[in-house]
Amino acid sequence: MNFDVMIEALPDLIDGLWLTLGLVALALLVGFVIALPTALARLSPLVPLRVVAGAYVFFFRGTPLLVQIFLIYYGLSQFEGVRDSILWPVLREPFWCTLIALALNTGAYTAEVFRGGILSVPHNQIEAARAVGMSAVTAFRRIIWPQTIRQALPAYGNEMILMVKASSLASTVTLMDITGVARTLASETYMPIEIYTMAAMIYLALTFSMSQVIHLLECKMDVTRARA
Amino acid sequence: MIPKHILAAALAAFLAHSAAADTLRIATEGAYPPFNFVDESGEVQGFDVEIAKALCAEMKADCEIVTQAWDGIIPGLKAGKYDAIVASMSITEKRKKAVDFTDPYYAAGAALIAPKGSDITYTPEGLDGKTIGVQRATTYATLVEKKFPGATLKTYDTVENHNLDLQAGRLDGVVAQQVLMYNWLEKEGGDAFEFKGDPVKDVEYIGSGAGIAVEKGNTELLDRLNGALDTIQQNGTYAEINAKYFPFSISAE
Repeated sequence: MNFDVMIEALPDLIDGLWLTLGLVALALLVGFVIALPTALARLSPLVPLRVVAGAYVFFFRGTPLLVQIFLIYYGLSQFEGVRDSILWPVLREPFWCTLIALALNTGAYTAEVFRGGILSVPHNQIEAARAVGMSAVTAFRRIIWPQTIRQALPAYGNEMILMVKASSLASTVTLMDITGVARTLASETYMPIEIYTMAAMIYLALTFSMSQVIHLLECKMDVTRARA
Repeated sequence: MIPKHILAAALAAFLAHSAAADTLRIATEGAYPPFNFVDESGEVQGFDVEIAKALCAEMKADCEIVTQAWDGIIPGLKAGKYDAIVASMSITEKRKKAVDFTDPYYAAGAALIAPKGSDITYTPEGLDGKTIGVQRATTYATLVEKKFPGATLKTYDTVENHNLDLQAGRLDGVVAQQVLMYNWLEKEGGDAFEFKGDPVKDVEYIGSGAGIAVEKGNTELLDRLNGALDTIQQNGTYAEINAKYFPFSISAE
């Protein structure tokens, strides 16, 4: 192991870390916004809503993220109509293309996590809420959602960590995230072990901090333990 | 005193040997068009093959071209199955430990490719502020960084991918191997693009090029090949063969 090379690689890899963080944070945010309505649509009594939401989840959960990124980045750009459209300033940039793919992907998974959480709420609680005069929205806000998020948090935390690792695919469309920087440095220095070890340590630090935050939230939301 | 018939036999053997030495067996791969490939009728063709034949004609040697799979091509030379390899083999330090190389007989430069009509030039000023694509882990990235520091560099996993982004208009140009890109420019999709300026041929970036490999220590053949190579480059034979395959010079000189 050449420790000098590892230390020298650190500043560049930290530059990559900011891009990784930006991608993951935005993807999780957008994914969350997509996931909630999708989960509700999947449980909706309206067939068209169920079909659309179902198809979306089916596609994004059933295909590899790399293929999704390539379809959006290299695929869409092959159509002149897309290149001439007002969307091109966005779709031209690898950052936005990757963000769209990551957000749609995590949105589909998170929707399933939320759907499971919502289904775990006993039906008689909802009936009771409606019986005391709560509207559907109030019942969702006060009764269903707090229990959903508590149920879903472990699985959602898992999804957040998976997103950090999935973001490494950004390096395939020229982005210089942690992995992108590492691949370039490794090919320049011919010292892949040193460079990738350093990159792995940065990822570990990132996922470790995230899992600690998630754990803290889990403890906070655990009503039974809080009372004990 | 040595009996006459033994002397005669020895002389005959010597003559036979020197005659055999003038039949050169040259190996190529036959799977690297347009440099060496087997055509429909089973004949080996290509730039390498024509260069080999021109060298043989110059050396007044009878040549036999044989094909050999790439991974066994150096072992075959070491085993004496043939005398030389003319197969677009890049001269590298590692290979130099196993075989001796002639002077490079061609070197494909690093070319800039941009849309037809683009006013981009292959100069530090011309590439200033331009977005240039290169393949990751190639020397072209180093070349752009060092010679054209004003350019924004984007690295791709494959040549196909940077070509796609060039077509999509995300790149102002790509820097890649000249011959490879020439093949692409000839194809559909590549026809909207062209070479800009003269390719970079610095040994520092593209290596010293492709050489003819001979068994280590076979300086006699090495000198003859180098001499013949010099002659065909002087007398225009090389340029003639070059022009048959590429509209630009791939001479290493």
